Amino acid sequence: MAGTRRDGTVRGSDLAEVLRDAGLYALVTLGLCIPIVSYRTDLSQTSALDLTPRWGLVAGLCAAIFCVRVAQRLILMRRDARRALTPSPRQATEAVDATPNAGQRIPSLALPLFLGAAVALPLVAALASGGLGPARYWIDLGILILTYVMLGWGLNIVVGLAGLLDLGYVAFYAVGAYTYALLATTFGLSFWLCLPLAGLAAGLWGILLGFPVLRLRGDYLAIVTLAFGEIIRLVLINWVDLTGGSAGISSIPRATFFGIPFTAGPNGFAATFGLSFDAMHRNVFLYYLILALALVTNGVTLRLRRLPIGRAWEALREDEIACRSLGINTTTTKLTAFALGAMFGGFAGSFFAVRQGFISPESFNFLESAIILAIVVLGGMGSQIGVAIAAVAMVGGPELLRNLGFLKAVFGEGFDPNEYRLLLFGLAMVAMMVWRPRGLISVRMPSVALKERRAVSGALVREGHG
Amino acid sequence: MSVAGINVLVEETRARQAAAAPLLAVEGVSAYYGSVAALRDVDIAVGEGEIVTLIGANGAGKSTLMMTIFGAPQARTGRIRFAGQDITRLPTHAIARLGIAQSPEGRRVFPRMSVQENLQMGASLHGGRHFAEDLERVCTLFPRLKERLQQRAGTMSGGEQQMLAIARALMSRPRLLLLDEPSLGLAPLVVKQIFGAIRDLNREAGMTIFLVEQNAYHALKLAHRGYVLVNGRVTLSGSGRALLDDPAVKAAYLEGGIVEASTIAEAKA
Repeated sequence: MAGTRRDGTVRGSDLAEVLRDAGLYALVTLGLCIPIVSYRTDLSQTSALDLTPRWGLVAGLCAAIFCVRVAQRLILMRRDARRALTPSPRQATEAVDATPNAGQRIPSLALPLFLGAAVALPLVAALASGGLGPARYWIDLGILILTYVMLGWGLNIVVGLAGLLDLGYVAFYAVGAYTYALLATTFGLSFWLCLPLAGLAAGLWGILLGFPVLRLRGDYLAIVTLAFGEIIRLVLINWVDLTGGSAGISSIPRATFFGIPFTAGPNGFAATFGLSFDAMHRNVFLYYLILALALVTNGVTLRLRRLPIGRAWEALREDEIACRSLGINTTTTKLTAFALGAMFGGFAGSFFAVRQGFISPESFNFLESAIILAIVVLGGMGSQIGVAIAAVAMVGGPELLRNLGFLKAVFGEGFDPNEYRLLLFGLAMVAMMVWRPRGLISVRMPSVALKERRAVSGALVREGHG
Repeated sequence: MSVAGINVLVEETRARQAAAAPLLAVEGVSAYYGSVAALRDVDIAVGEGEIVTLIGANGAGKSTLMMTIFGAPQARTGRIRFAGQDITRLPTHAIARLGIAQSPEGRRVFPRMSVQENLQMGASLHGGRHFAEDLERVCTLFPRLKERLQQRAGTMSGGEQQMLAIARALMSRPRLLLLDEPSLGLAPLVVKQIFGAIRDLNREAGMTIFLVEQNAYHALKLAHRGYVLVNGRVTLSGSGRALLDDPAVKAAYLEGGIVEASTIAEAKA
């Protein structure tokens, strides 16, 4: 780049240019601050407006913007200088070294560590907080995160592998939850019988949605699936006879340990296994249940990726016309993707119902779909571990904010970090899309290889393709 | 009898065979995009073991004919038969399963998948039964692909992607290979390589090939027979050599090609 030398150092004239640019930014900030920030208006005792000037704050904001812009320009300059030395892989005619860089690679230890942490979490939480009761917060948070990990993995089949943008995934979550709730409350069926039925019902709805949208792709598909999600929610609200309307379904039978209830009685779980009764046993059981369900989702997806159907999904994402001319039936390929993705959503839904004991249409609004989709996109489409990390960040991150009490000391007593949740969330998303536009883990492992399996860097993929 | 006479005889026999029991027969086909006619009453026959080329200008309907054979868009009138079976109303994937493979216009390889995965997709009709054997075969035809098996298809050069598109089509062991503008956007040297491979494929493996090309000079030199498509109608047909010598074809399609060939000769000298 013109602004920097080959070794990446910045010239004096460029520095002046950067400072001028940052000064301009600070000036715009000042302009914006004058009407918005510079005077605080309060109602005084006499009902007149009291104006409190806050010029110190304005100066602080302008200075902050100035510094951030200077830093950004300097970082970008260095990066561009570095890039100028390495040609774009897309223009290369010789074989390019497609090995992903350190930031994109997943250390081989990460997977066992991740899994180990997930398995050990209830134990560690109990030891750290002294007993199962106080560990409840952490175990519940773990359950919540794992639910989203499972939903993310389920949606990953549809969006990440088959490349079908689905904005209404929460509909299948709802179908699963209501299937379990209705079957359990009306016919008294057990969770283990309802679980496959809920998955089946959701899968069936997935196919039903799949048929009308077979011909659609991209934006149009997204709009129809969005509408589908809303239709399901509105039906749940308005079909009062069946679903109880917005009041929802309550007193759904709670989870049992394969038929043994988690109660204090002589037939309860604790008594059967000779333990002292603790209400937390159920939560720990639920934790391992969702962990197992999520791992099953992951296992099935990984297995399918190596089978012809999984490869057909990926090929479908890449190029539908080429797929068809190779003799692949795109209709069944799409429908299986929808059905399987929906099925795992249904499993997660029935788990949600058995955990909450109460469900209402409230829980299945568009924001849920958006969060699940964000998890898949942030994780790096098609990457299993990326989705898991994104779920931890997206669901666990906001929870973390609740515990940042020390910020009160900085910003004053009235500061509640939780109120800034969505703001931080949005900032994080923007930052992600600037720095890692292809998701956290953008590496793709070929599903077949001759000798050694070599990961391929996400940098070699155009944006918007997959 | 002179050599030229024998050649004429051979070509006539070929044409007769093609007319008697062609592998692919397009009979009176019209196709429309909405209400716009793209093909009008097109008749084309491709006999077993032939290379037949279809040449024409931009927008003449060449690629439409290719896609119509593959059922997208379907022919509104007329009939398309493959090996005696009517395929006019079959969906695309069912047509592919009968043994027609295609290297589509613009190559359309799967960019994020490795070369090997691309080839595996091509072989998916057989469920990978003779994958290793077929892989060996296409790698002999295009040695460049062998070096690139683990590379992402999207990162290869245009010529390599074209080789991959043809190789991917061959992996399904087709009876008929459709090639849509394999020379599109490629350097003359690469075009030569690819056309050489097509010739080998026909001579050594006896592959029947239907070639759609804008590069009329190369295509007619290679093909046994050719058709000229103008505004969705077949206006001329005949042996490749006859079309090359035809004054109308020369004027409309070959001036550029001959100039190109002569400049190459000059550059070499």
